[in-house]
Amino acid sequence: IFKISNMKLILHNMLTSAMIKGVKKGYPLLLRATKVELQPVEFDAGFVVHMLPRLDWSGVTAAVQCLNQLDLLQDPLPELPPTVPDDYANNEDFLRKAHIALMQLDVIEGCLVCPETGREFPIAKGIPNMLINDNEAA
Amino acid sequence: MASRPESSLPPELYYDDKEAKKYTQNSRIIQIQSEMSERAIELLSLPEDPTIRSSLLVLDVGCGSGISGAALTEAGLNWFGVDISSSMLEIALENEVEGGLARCDIGHGLPFRAGCFDAVVSVSALQWLAYSDRSTANPIRRQRAFFTSLYACMSVGARAVLQFYPADELQLQLLLNSAMSCGFTGGLVTDYPESAKARKHFLVLDTAGTRPMPAAQDEAGGRHSTKQQQPMRKGSKAWIMRKKEQYRRKNPDSKALPSDSKYTGRKRKPRF
Repeated sequence: IFKISNMKLILHNMLTSAMIKGVKKGYPLLLRATKVELQPVEFDAGFVVHMLPRLDWSGVTAAVQCLNQLDLLQDPLPELPPTVPDDYANNEDFLRKAHIALMQLDVIEGCLVCPETGREFPIAKGIPNMLINDNEAA
Repeated sequence: MASRPESSLPPELYYDDKEAKKYTQNSRIIQIQSEMSERAIELLSLPEDPTIRSSLLVLDVGCGSGISGAALTEAGLNWFGVDISSSMLEIALENEVEGGLARCDIGHGLPFRAGCFDAVVSVSALQWLAYSDRSTANPIRRQRAFFTSLYACMSVGARAVLQFYPADELQLQLLLNSAMSCGFTGGLVTDYPESAKARKHFLVLDTAGTRPMPAAQDEAGGRHSTKQQQPMRKGSKAWIMRKKEQYRRKNPDSKALPSDSKYTGRKRKPRF
């Protein structure tokens, strides 16, 4: 069970701006973080293995690169391979690295940006605000 | 009887800091919401094995102050919650809930990619979709947007259990119709159907068609199989009876209508 409600990369990976009229895909949302924190979260291999097939992996690696470039952390996040290895279900080394990136990195402040419209969704107190106006809705 | 919250203000304005505080302080509200959350989780019929449960991801629609989220955590499940009210989400943060949170308007469609969630719960949230306070918002359109996006973001074979408080039979049927027209199988499960005060409605929606509907609870605490309530199809016996009843009410002295018998609305032999 993961603790604390701040936005983690696993949530970021699932969010989309597709509810906006005209948006075809709406992910991955560009991550412009201004405040992040690393939180200890118990490693649950079963959860990571179960979630991996659902993730847009290129979105995960892009977010990690983006965050490492922003240099907001004391130590950079571990580097992730460009594709998920075939033996991921048994590759504990890979699963632990994925766990750190997906579950332990909290985005507290910043914003998410729709890749197609540039529309911004602010993140405050770790909660992304995905509200849109009625006239923006599909 | 007190007027319903939904008839006064939209949820993002109704749940201000003062109202949201009740969800931390009023033990009766908390108790009722907790019980309904536990019942909704029960209706999900997920495997009991805690190792399986801790690998799943559940969506909590209208998570509010985190009462249902606490029940999900207690049940060994990971979850993300969405809500429209910033005040309620603040309370959830204060309560240190153990799930991810996001703010959104479910009537615009959920902001999630396809196939993310193994299960979905909702406690006392969907009735807000029955109302429209803004001229630009159409309740039916909002319901369709919600249910379509809900179906999409659920994984194959996932189930959604959505408890809600319809104001009347019409609202209930409209919501049920909106849900069933978006690809789900399943229907309505009503606990304690005989009691107007105690009755609780749960929309149980499956993305794959082969699961049996769970049993509803009745007064005696026993479980019995309720026939799942399908939306009233035009031409069905229930529809015929309703139409006859409407006519009788409008024309109490008329003798034009045939009286009801065992032949009323009976299935006829196909002639073609």
